[in-house]
Amino acid sequence: MALPSRVSPGAAALAVSFRRRTLADREDWLARLMLAPALLYVAALVGVPFVLALALAFSGARAGSLDFAWVGWHNFLTIIPDPQFQRAVWNTLRFTLVSQVLVIVLAVSAAYVLSAAFAGRRIVRFLLLLPWAAPVALAAIAWTWIFDSTFSVINWTFLVMGVTRRWLYWFGDPALATIAIITVHVWRMFPFATVITLAGMSSIPQEINEAAVVDGAGFWRRLFQVNLPLLLPIITVAVLFGVVFTSTDLSVVYLLTRGGPYNSTHVLASLAFQRGIFGGDLGQGAAVALFLLPVLVVVAVLMLRTARRAEVGT
Amino acid sequence: MMEPAGFVEIRNLHRHFGDVRAVDGVELSIKEGELLVLLGPSGCGKTTLMRMIAGLETPTSGQIFIGGEEIDADVPPRARGIAMVFQSYALYPHKTAFENIAFPLEAMRMAALAVRGRVQGAAKRFGIGHLLGRRPRQLSGGERQRVALSRAVVRDPKVFLFDEPLSNLDAQLRAIARYELKELQRELGTTTIYVTHDQVEAMGLGDRIAVMNKGRVQQVGTPQAVYDYPANTFVATFLGSPPMNLLKQDGDVILGFRPENFFPHEVVRPGDDVATFRLRVRQIEYLGATRLIYGVPEGAHDDVTLIADLSSQITTPIAEGETHLFAVPRQALRRFDPTAGTALSDGAA
Repeated sequence: MALPSRVSPGAAALAVSFRRRTLADREDWLARLMLAPALLYVAALVGVPFVLALALAFSGARAGSLDFAWVGWHNFLTIIPDPQFQRAVWNTLRFTLVSQVLVIVLAVSAAYVLSAAFAGRRIVRFLLLLPWAAPVALAAIAWTWIFDSTFSVINWTFLVMGVTRRWLYWFGDPALATIAIITVHVWRMFPFATVITLAGMSSIPQEINEAAVVDGAGFWRRLFQVNLPLLLPIITVAVLFGVVFTSTDLSVVYLLTRGGPYNSTHVLASLAFQRGIFGGDLGQGAAVALFLLPVLVVVAVLMLRTARRAEVGT
Repeated sequence: MMEPAGFVEIRNLHRHFGDVRAVDGVELSIKEGELLVLLGPSGCGKTTLMRMIAGLETPTSGQIFIGGEEIDADVPPRARGIAMVFQSYALYPHKTAFENIAFPLEAMRMAALAVRGRVQGAAKRFGIGHLLGRRPRQLSGGERQRVALSRAVVRDPKVFLFDEPLSNLDAQLRAIARYELKELQRELGTTTIYVTHDQVEAMGLGDRIAVMNKGRVQQVGTPQAVYDYPANTFVATFLGSPPMNLLKQDGDVILGFRPENFFPHEVVRPGDDVATFRLRVRQIEYLGATRLIYGVPEGAHDDVTLIADLSSQITTPIAEGETHLFAVPRQALRRFDPTAGTALSDGAA
């Protein structure tokens, strides 16, 4: 079709170029292009170390040497009977499980409080989210002071309130150290869980709770028979996240107790660091670090499946 | 203090949200076994009023009595002997139909065996016995509504509160559901308060209708009384589709008449006492059973359109653009005060 004579040649050229397909029109290539940075990032910072760890776990590699001897399952066979390793597995499991149970209870309670209307709700919400935003190292320093053997504010408070009569050495006693580590884990995870739970709660239609009220259900019946079942998918997501974060965490144990007293609070991550970096046995360190991998893969798959189905309400 | 006369008695009830008076001094008396419809446009306070009766909302001031007992803020919803059906049905999405219906009974701590019997009884009544194992998302709109009704009926409440329970159904189903609902209410004889903005629903269902606007009850009466003798111009225009014609006259009066009482002069029998208007016909809509004539009266003070709703039996030829003589039987004329909008002497039922 001929262009009308009024159109100038420049405008005609523009019209032609306008009609040409650009990159923005080609969604197949656009998608690849835009995903590329993220893929590169994951490949370089997660993929490479992961493959390296896998390779190291089956090698006799040591720090300070370039030898890379294939030793098969030797590293795994060495650590499994090791009582310190067994202790670390047990610690990882119980720190994770106990802290997640506490996180759920606290998060649901906090979400209930925060969903109620009261003056200063915004400030409380903000304060509650702070632990999530605080850098772990900074937080750990604060916690080492809170649990300090000489200056512990908890001890001071307990003594003044008459809860305890003796001075508690938080990092000197395995039981107390366990409590301290779980406390910090809970403190770290619960804001995130609260926010997720809160989001879940606000997606439950108000009429459902009102129907339950009119139907004669009291607070606990509404909690356990109406709200918690409806929140279950979203709480599952929070818990699975928490399990992955807590069970793979190095920083809390490392900064608070360094695995002490007498290696009683090591978790797999801190033991791997100790064996692999301080001890120089890279192969064994990698084997320790990878030990929970199969479990976490299952957890991650569950997490992704639940997250996809996580929708509250009808 | 005066003994409450009605089964549900509402005295000078207020609910203010800041400056907004959602419910502004409502007085209502609902007889035992009666189905009273609260009708009004959205935001008129009808739902707030119902929620206060249910105990979901606390009155700013005023009193509510159910069965002669005063229900104040200390009486929780569960102790009020009410059952409510919500607009969205508010079924518990994670529970089966059976568990939904059983929920209020379990909250009463009824024994499991008795619960089973009553749930099955209620389900049978509504014809959903075969659906008890399904969850709400596996049910159609009509089936969900029946589950919601079963859940309300199952514990023999003193009062039913219905908050637009039919508005989520399609038009065909709604007519059937309306019929069934009225039959159910008559059979059970349970005092019922029914909130709706749909006048057809209100007229069809209500033993009496309370028309609300701006937080106040404008008029209470049987559907016929409210329709034929509206207490004010709001009720006159809110009820009826098309609404009542209102025409300002000399001598400080607003004349009102229903479009179906507005005829071409040809069909008026000689000797009938009628008021006549010359109407310039603007538009005609053929609606099958009826014909709507829109026109402007000659010599009217303001730009007012009158509507005549002619049944198909009236075959008088009328064309758009022509001026035609129309008539209203004088007995169908209503008079309203032009400032207050209230009905004048002959408007009272």
